[in-house]
Amino acid sequence: MSTTKHARIGEEVWKSRVDKVNAELVTLTYGSIVQQLCKDLEGDYTEVNKQLDKMGYNIGLRLIEDFLAKTNMGRCNGFRDTAESIAKIGFKIFLNITPTVTNWSADNKSFSLVFEENPLADFVELPDDGRAQNELWYSNILCGVLRGALEMVQMQVEAHFASDVLRGNDSTEMRVELIRIIDDELPPGDE
Amino acid sequence: MVILSVMILNKAGGLIYQRDFHEGLHKLSSNDFLVLAGTFHGVHAITSRISPVHGSGGLEVLESENFRMQCFQTLTGTKFLIFAEPHQPNIDVICRRVYELYADYVMKNPFYQIEMPIRCEAFDRHLMAYLKPKQ
Repeated sequence: MSTTKHARIGEEVWKSRVDKVNAELVTLTYGSIVQQLCKDLEGDYTEVNKQLDKMGYNIGLRLIEDFLAKTNMGRCNGFRDTAESIAKIGFKIFLNITPTVTNWSADNKSFSLVFEENPLADFVELPDDGRAQNELWYSNILCGVLRGALEMVQMQVEAHFASDVLRGNDSTEMRVELIRIIDDELPPGDE
Repeated sequence: MVILSVMILNKAGGLIYQRDFHEGLHKLSSNDFLVLAGTFHGVHAITSRISPVHGSGGLEVLESENFRMQCFQTLTGTKFLIFAEPHQPNIDVICRRVYELYADYVMKNPFYQIEMPIRCEAFDRHLMAYLKPKQ
């Protein structure tokens, strides 16, 4: 599928089939979750990252059905196609953003998503405790969402943030790597 | 539109939902329904293997004198079996809509456990309203 087609599907579904909600509600709800986690885990940011990823994973397992039901998509034609679908359709319909797909590895198994904007992180400044800036991946829930959603369509991936503007980096970049296709769970006939 | 009954199978072939939408249907025991679901799951897998054409999916439609069964398999491996009257038109549209209702009222219910039997009252209600609107 060409990339413009992805963009068109994303745009169409976003316009006609998605209920919109106030962006501040999302930002503040997510913010309070992260803040509460930091408090409950007593500033153990590595553990906070882990919990956010886990929460995202559980969301992804469910969200994929909504994605498939709304977009009426067929199976992706290779991992590059998957990456375009995630960026131009997935992120578009659920967050109304379109991260850039870039930095493909030579074997076509890993790529980066570069976020120009990130509604989860609007208004956010990381705590000034000398550690959060180096340890907390604020939007780590998104990694989990991708991992969960792709697992349901038989792709095992590893996703992590490589940089974040909140930490003072120049860009926000997520790295996604295909570990394997879970072919023993592929529905029959879908290869 | 006359839909007789709907079944939902998880990706392992377990029956997670069964409901009739028409009076006077032949009743099976809940155990028989489980067996039916498991058997269909196996037959579906076999049909895709014995296909002479490469990359075919499994069994999609089963027609008899008195009913037509449509199987809609999602990319995640969940199967929706819709039993309808023999000449029910637009059954693929019905499948998609049932899938949307499932995505909304089952998968988005945080207390529904994935792959487990569906006991979601809101799903029942919306499915009923869609498949059997009050005349």
